[in-house]
Amino acid sequence: MPRYYTEEHEWIDVDGDVATVGITDFAQGQLGDIVFVEVPDTGAELTAGGDAAVVESVKAASDVYAPVDGTVTEGNGQLEEDPALVNSDPEGEGWFFRMTLSDKSQLDGLMNAEAYKAFCDDL
Amino acid sequence: MTDTEFTGEEAVATATLPLDAWHRAKGGRMVEFAGYWMPIQYEGIMAEHLWVRESAGLFDVSHMGQLLLSGEGVAEALEALVPGDISALKPGRMRYSLLLNDEGGILDDLMITNEGDQLGIVVNGAVKWEDIGHLRENLPDHITLNHNEDYGLLALQGPKAVDALARLIPDVADLVFMQAIPATWNGHTVGVSRSGYTGEDGFEISLPNEALTAFADALCAMEEVKPIGLGARDSLRLEAGLPLYGHDLNDEIDPVEGDLAFAISKRRREEQGFPGAARILGHLEDGPPRRRVGLLIDGKLPVREGASLFDGEDQIGVVTSGGFAPSVGAPIAMGYVPRDHAVPGTAIAAEVRGKRVHCTVAAMPFVPHRYVRKKGA
Repeated sequence: MPRYYTEEHEWIDVDGDVATVGITDFAQGQLGDIVFVEVPDTGAELTAGGDAAVVESVKAASDVYAPVDGTVTEGNGQLEEDPALVNSDPEGEGWFFRMTLSDKSQLDGLMNAEAYKAFCDDL
Repeated sequence: MTDTEFTGEEAVATATLPLDAWHRAKGGRMVEFAGYWMPIQYEGIMAEHLWVRESAGLFDVSHMGQLLLSGEGVAEALEALVPGDISALKPGRMRYSLLLNDEGGILDDLMITNEGDQLGIVVNGAVKWEDIGHLRENLPDHITLNHNEDYGLLALQGPKAVDALARLIPDVADLVFMQAIPATWNGHTVGVSRSGYTGEDGFEISLPNEALTAFADALCAMEEVKPIGLGARDSLRLEAGLPLYGHDLNDEIDPVEGDLAFAISKRRREEQGFPGAARILGHLEDGPPRRRVGLLIDGKLPVREGASLFDGEDQIGVVTSGGFAPSVGAPIAMGYVPRDHAVPGTAIAAEVRGKRVHCTVAAMPFVPHRYVRKKGA
């Protein structure tokens, strides 16, 4: 299952026509202690680069953007009870939402793990 | 995330504090604050916050302005600009006060210490240049004002602060809250007061810039002490119900509205010779139109500065500080509401991203103060 990354520090796992989206370990490290996550409602139509979710650390609220176009099929309900999952397991249990892919060709514009690591090293 | 903002008015380079390299070596994440690079956090705001509440944390507050006022009748002269009873301040004692404009609005909040032959004043870093200008312009010419930029300021806060600091400066164990002494450390002349802005017992230590690194190292070598960043300083003072200038207080808010009526001394209320006395005494007598209150937030969504407050469909006020409170375990906030809503238990709502969040007006502090007011207490 290929994993892609965005310059906004989201990761996206693609399995057929469905993708799982979260924020990267680098992003959670920058944000610090996560105290609240607002995931999109099931059925929400997302546009690549548009607002999809909000993550709140002790210090500030930050937007999480949709990496591609699609429709939300599920938000991670566990984050409501335990937002710190985003800190402890950002690229696993701390996923934000699942969505359909309207246009798979949009994945071509995203980074793979190696390119993303190089991107972070340059920041 | 740490880019300097250029407003186009004046591109002033962000300055570094004497401990800049020390913060970076300790893993501090540096951000621009009040014109300086300062550490927002080291290991994480939540852990640092809780560490201060249970042990001792070292804060670098060298961005704050350390001013010295001297001259014949300096206390009386300063009283023309603040509402506190400065003449009654005994040597070695300090008091929280407010610099007021002619309308009674708050220009800054500050600490004033009677150092015997002079008054020591600590003002907020973000407005220190404006404060200096205001003092110089409004104090008589024979009063000398010095801005001591050769000294830095550290705060050691938390229940174990006294044990840690007494190993370096034994006399501090005898101080009570809001008491100050001169002392010597490693041959350096330092000033120590039992004070701070976290709600915990603790101290503020003023010492020469060249001594800061060694002093900070000596404290952080102790197992009780860790360096703490601005992020936890903000969440600690919020839980302690203490206002932050430029956010919870500004030049349009008077001391009664700001819930700081305690800073208007009894004698000054009777004599009335302070800026904005008519408005302020009127608000004391009749109640202010609005007042700063604490807010307990239902649920987990943080309510932050700028959020509007509602009673039903009516917008009644605004949040001036807010966030997750690590020791409370829930979001809390401060804001301004009309007098008739400024009663603990009043149910109102805040608006966050178009959603209404229920909140309740609450008495402050949110976490009890633990100041040491009497020796042995």
